[in-house]
This record gives sequence, structure tokens and C-alpha cells, in this order.
Amino acid sequence: MNQDDLIEGFRARILERKPLCIRGGGSKDFYGGPISGAVLDTRGHAGIVNYEPTELVVTARAGTPLVELESALAARRQFFACEPPVFGAATVGGAVAAGLSGPRRAAVGSLRDFVLGVKLMDGEGRIHRFGGEVMKNVAGFDVSRLLAGSLGTLGLMLEVSLKVLPLPPGDASLRFDLPQDKALEALNRWAGQPLPLVASVWEGNVLTARLAGAQAAVNSACRKLGGEVMGEAAASEFWRGQREQTAAFFTASDAPAALWRLSLPSVAPPLDLPGATQIEWGGAQRWLRLDAPAATVRDVATRSGGHATLFRGGSAEQRAGGVFTPLAPSLMEIHRRLKQRFDPYGVFNPGRLYPEF
Amino acid sequence: MKPREHSADTPQDFADADRTTLIAELARLLPATSLLHADEDLKPYECDGLSAYRKMPVAVALPETEAQVIGVLKACAAAGVPIVPRGAGTGLSAGALPHPQGVVLSLAKMKRILHVDPVARVAVVQPGVRNLAISEAAAAFGLYYAPDPSSQIACSIGGNVAENSGGVHCLKYGLTVHNVLRVRAVLMNGEVVEIGNHALDAPGYDLLALTIGSEGMLAIVTEVSVKLVPKPELAQVIMASFDDVMKAGEAVAAVIAAGIIPAGLEMMDKPATAAVEPFVKAGYDLNAEAILLCESDGTADEVAEEIARMKAVLENCGATDLRVSQSEAERLRFWAGRKAAFPAAGRISADYYCMDGTIPRKRLGEMLTAITQMEKKYGLRCINVFHAGDGNLHPLILYDANVPGELERTEAFGAEILKLSVDLGGTITGEHGVGYEKINSMCDQFGSDELRLFHAVKSAFDPQGLLNPEKGVPTLHRCAEFGRMHVHGGNLKFPELERL
Repeated sequence: MNQDDLIEGFRARILERKPLCIRGGGSKDFYGGPISGAVLDTRGHAGIVNYEPTELVVTARAGTPLVELESALAARRQFFACEPPVFGAATVGGAVAAGLSGPRRAAVGSLRDFVLGVKLMDGEGRIHRFGGEVMKNVAGFDVSRLLAGSLGTLGLMLEVSLKVLPLPPGDASLRFDLPQDKALEALNRWAGQPLPLVASVWEGNVLTARLAGAQAAVNSACRKLGGEVMGEAAASEFWRGQREQTAAFFTASDAPAALWRLSLPSVAPPLDLPGATQIEWGGAQRWLRLDAPAATVRDVATRSGGHATLFRGGSAEQRAGGVFTPLAPSLMEIHRRLKQRFDPYGVFNPGRLYPEF
Repeated sequence: MKPREHSADTPQDFADADRTTLIAELARLLPATSLLHADEDLKPYECDGLSAYRKMPVAVALPETEAQVIGVLKACAAAGVPIVPRGAGTGLSAGALPHPQGVVLSLAKMKRILHVDPVARVAVVQPGVRNLAISEAAAAFGLYYAPDPSSQIACSIGGNVAENSGGVHCLKYGLTVHNVLRVRAVLMNGEVVEIGNHALDAPGYDLLALTIGSEGMLAIVTEVSVKLVPKPELAQVIMASFDDVMKAGEAVAAVIAAGIIPAGLEMMDKPATAAVEPFVKAGYDLNAEAILLCESDGTADEVAEEIARMKAVLENCGATDLRVSQSEAERLRFWAGRKAAFPAAGRISADYYCMDGTIPRKRLGEMLTAITQMEKKYGLRCINVFHAGDGNLHPLILYDANVPGELERTEAFGAEILKLSVDLGGTITGEHGVGYEKINSMCDQFGSDELRLFHAVKSAFDPQGLLNPEKGVPTLHRCAEFGRMHVHGGNLKFPELERL
């Protein structure tokens, strides 16, 4: 089927005004609220539309497999620096809709930061273009970045334009034996210094730090920080395991099935919660595997200045009020109104972000 | 009077609220020094940094506290009176142009730095705090706030949030949207919202992205939390001369293609360096057709490595001369010329008009050629400074408002540059905002569906349409009028615009 026919097919489905579940590779079906509605499969609408390495921009159709995009970039020694998880089959559209960022997030920015433009079909089948293929663009409201992390509830993304970066020439990973409080202290101290620190993981009293940038900068940072240098292959495998959540922390079958993601100020002290803990993003992202009432986890996260998401698993009871932290009433009202304006008939992914819409 | 719901189609009709009643109500809410309503006091507020457009407001409110902001908004909402927010008034798109039936809400008195946390690398400030003051407060900790618009000594962080301001270092360090963690804001109905937090993300839609760059049309920001980043150990800048503007443009692409993200990458053409040099004495090569300023920052080793790579690329691209700053003083002098380009234009010409289109870098040559032709067509000179690294152009059109017809020719010249920016795959504004100035050019960039959705987004925050009306997003009625004129005259004049 050609792309125009495909888009007409999408429009026809939308105009039926019945709930749809927008789905790319289905790699994140587990994420967010329960899936409802008939599946609208975006994978037919695939392919890189435009890639200009000297402009640092790539535009791809929503159904393009993320691995395909990444290999095109790698061929030109560039990469999608926020490293969203592939989870086997992720598409570009799904990655933007979920808005998840990988291990480098604290240093390079979030997925949302890399979104430059979108082509969107709204709940009445109209096609809009927001943003574009240039780095700086303040014409109109920044709808493109609003869509990052909206879980497909505002519309069907057809194309997205993303900022890409050159692969850093130098790359090294270091290991340190440190308890949690000392690791958090070190991470916050290092982040305040001009070091090429791009990623970090603390787990089981071991802190792993990744340095990337100019070779000279990486070398001098390695000398300054000390620690044990990891072998290249082991380091590469380690960071892939983090990004894809194939590391033992995420897969261990002897830990509670509920995986919580706490997004906190990086300086938040170790949490008063039981369960296995892993810390990323210089202290700003904390993973917990624990069986506790949702209210307890949320309360700890809120008191620490952040929020908690039941990322994977969990009992029906834990998921009952939704997996994301509830919004203040004034913000919820704005959410409802935005949803109503983009999708007046409630077609797109109802209940996936919040039970209210 | 019952305020009418805001609509995408037709302009709003703000019936005049009774002036005396409104001022009496505001006087009850604000200290005497925070309310201006005499003509001579209102005069300084009739325009912002784009002085070609001027209007007198009914009153200017200068609240000192968030509670006063809430009071003013509730009173104006009840009376159906429009609000025009204003920061330092340095904006270049007439975004703070008063509404003749409205109140200017200046945040200039809310200028306290509330908290600097060097460990968490966050500063919490009120909206009236100057951009540079944040970096000054953070300097003792080896930290700074990265976005540095040329106006940073004067512009306020609240204004930066409204415009999503950039600066000369944003290719590497990002725009305001990449450096703000949280805003606290008041909606038109007086409700306070917290958007974002001191973590790296917040639940729900990314309302922070929507608020930043919203030109004061969604909410009034009363507090901002910004990210502070470590000051690089060292920065050095290369000044590269080229005997051809095209070659300079190709060199920009070549630097990026070599896998380098410079800390800053700026271009100035010969008329621009000629305007700046007598004023700033930056040491620019006045024989060059164009110069590039290409900066590297980081550790000493890193900068040495990157400067060597940059020099090799620039030489390969035909640079006729390369000078690397040998001291911090020299580096700042090289930049001072670039940052003084706008005032320098003001010295060599009675008036100047700064454009702000962004285009894909590879189309730079086409744009420059077209601008040269437009100079002849409109009989006006244009000097060019560019944030070359991110394709953001600031052509400065020189004119004299006292010569009949020059302002109109200047506007037509500017509109043609913006139209071409869109045609080349770019945008009408990279960092200055649409404001009042570029509202007709929005009709070139967006179709009626997008414009309707923009209005719908606004109405989700401000259903009455009272926050900065007639700015940022045109009504469909306005685009229809603009289009009709475009077709009939082929000659863009905007007689419906008031120009006092």
C-alpha cells in the first residue's frame, strides 16, 4: 500500500470515532494505563524521509523501527543521544510518544529535548505540522515537544524530526566501590564540575560512570576520578543492559515484580523504602523493585520533591489509581481541556496516560 | 460586561471597561508606587525593544508579590480587560506592545534571586531577575546559566521563558526550554500552577515545553527554577576570515560534518564588521567579506584538541586568515563585537529592523544572494549577523523612520525575508518570538488547521482570551485579510495596523 493510501486508511479509522490503540512495535504495551480500543498499527508508515548529517537533523515516519534509524545515523558517525529504549521492536513514533530517555539523559537532555518537529493527525483526521527541521523555532506554541511523553493521547504522529549529534570520539567507563550515600554525594559533586560525565549507575555498592567526549577530556577525567577502568566490550554490554533493561536488576526473578521509577532531584538522600534499588541519571532516576502500596511509594517520592511511576508489573490494586502520579486539580483541568481540543471524540489511547481521559 | 469566549476565527472585541472603575480597583490591590496611569508615566511603556510599534495602555501594574499578580489578574478577568505581560522590555517582536484597552503587567519589581543551590545546581528566581544576574550569583560556585541572549545584561528570565530565548551558545548548551526545570505561574483566573519540578521530568503532558516560548499568552510566570551548569575550565575562540560569504557558509557545514559541536559559531558579513569595529574595536578583519567566530570550551586538553581540528577544517574551506584568542580578554573582545552588532547598527543608521528567521544551514548561500537582491529592490541597506551554527539569521535592515515610506519598505523587505525563510524549509522566528510584529507572517508558515489548534491550546489555559491578545497567533480573519492584500496588491502594507 502506498503511504498516501495508508494515511487515508488511518483517517478513515479515526473518523469512525471509536477508541483506538495506536501501536508501533508494541514494545511498550506494558507501560502506562490499560490498553483499550482497536489497534491502529503504524508500522506500515515507515522510512526515513530526510537525513542531513550536516544539519544534525533526521526526519522519519512514525512506524520506522528505531534500530533502522540508529543504524542510518551510525553510518555517518552520529547518534540519537537520548538513547530511548528499543525493547526489541520500538518504532520512532512509539519512542516519542512514550518519551522515555536512556542512560545519558542527565547529561545530554531528554527525548523531548531532541524533538524538533512533528506531523500529526488530530482526532478529526486533520493533518498538522508543528516545529520543523531547524534547531531554533519559536513560531507558535511548542506542540512538538508537548507530544513527547503524551502516550499517543493527543493524536497520531505521522512523522517526527529529531536532532542528532556526532558520536563522541572518546568513551570510557569507570567503576568505584561506594555505598549509596557516598555515591550520591560524588555524583552531585562531579556534576558541578566541568567533566565529560554522561551516564551513571549505582547498584549494590558499585558506582559505574561513563565519560564521553573529546579524547583529551576523557583521558584527563579518568586520571582525575581514578576508579577501575572497564574493558570496552564489557562497558558496551553494561550500558546496553541499562538502556534495554536487560541488566540483572530488571530481570531477576527473585525480586518483587513491581518496578517503580522514581524521578527525583539528584540530591535527594537515600529513600526510606525497602526493596532493591538502582540509581541512574546522577541521582535523578531511581528504580525500585518492591511490593508496597502505591500510596506509600508516591508519598516518599513527593516528599523528596519528585514523582513515582509504576513502570512495570504490580498488582491490580497497585495499578488501580493509574500508574502515574496524579496531577493537581488545576493541572488536570488543563490536561482535560488539551485532550478535548486535540481529540474531541476521545479516540486516541483512552486511559493510557490517566484514567480521567 | 460578560467577556466573550476567545475564538480562532475573528478578532476579539474588548469593550472598553470603565477606566476610572478599573484604576480604582487596581489602586485598591496595589501599592501607590506599583500603579501608573498618568499619560507621562505610561509613555515609557508604549513600546518594547521594537520601537516601530507603539500604543498607550490604560494602566501599568507593577506588582511586587505573587498575591498582587493574582489580584490584578482576577480583577481584569472579572472586567474583561486584556493583560499584556512585560519583563525588561528588551523584546524585539513587540510582544509587550500595550493593548489600548488593556493593562500592562510589568514583572520588573519581582527581581529577587530566591535561592541558589550549588550542589543541586539549581537557582530559583523571580521573573524580573536579569539573565546575567543569575550567572553572576552562581559564579562563586563555578556555575552559570547557559542561555545568553545578546541582551543578557538587561533582559529578564521571565522574558526569556516567554520567548524561549537562545543566544550565541545554544547549539551546544540549548535554549531556554532545555535549561528551565520548573515554573510557577498564575492563570488568568488567578489560579496558581506549578509546572515541572527539580527532578528531570514531571508526570503528565509536558506543559513546561508548552509554557516556554508561549509569549505571555498562557499564564503569568511568577517564579522560575533554572539549571546551572559548570563553567568550562577554558574557552577559546577562532576568528576566521573569508573572501567570499558562500565559502564561510560552507565552512559552517564542514565544521559540523567533521563531528564538532562548537560552543558558539557565529558569522558576520563585511557591512556588519564595518559597523561594529569603530564602535567596539574588537580587532575584526575589515578586509574579509565574512568572518566566522568559532568557539571551543572544556578542559585545556580538550580545547587544544578541538581548536586544532576546527583550524584544519576552516583552512580546508579556504579561510584567508585565522586568529585564535590568546587570552580571556581577547576572547571577550571578539565576542563583544558580535554582541554589540545591534547597537552598532543603531549608530550608523537612524533606525534598524532586526529579522530572526531560521533556515537549514545549507540554504545560507541562497538566502544571502536573495537578501542582496532585496537590498536593491527596496533601496535599503542590510547588514547580516547570523547564529550560523543553528541557521538563525539576524539581518539588520537599516532605515530612517522619518523618511516617508521607509518604514513600510522596511516591513515589506522583512516580510519577504521571512517568507523566504519558510520557503527554504525554515521558520519566521528562531528566538525573538512572533509578538505583534510577525503575526501576519504566521499566515505564511501555518495553515488554518494549525492556527485553529494554536488558538485551542491558548483557550485551554485562558478561555477568555485575555492574556496578550492579538499577539503570537493570528486569527483566521486576519490571515484572510492579509492573503487578500497579498493577492491584490502584491505589495504588503498593513493599513489596519495602528502606528502612533
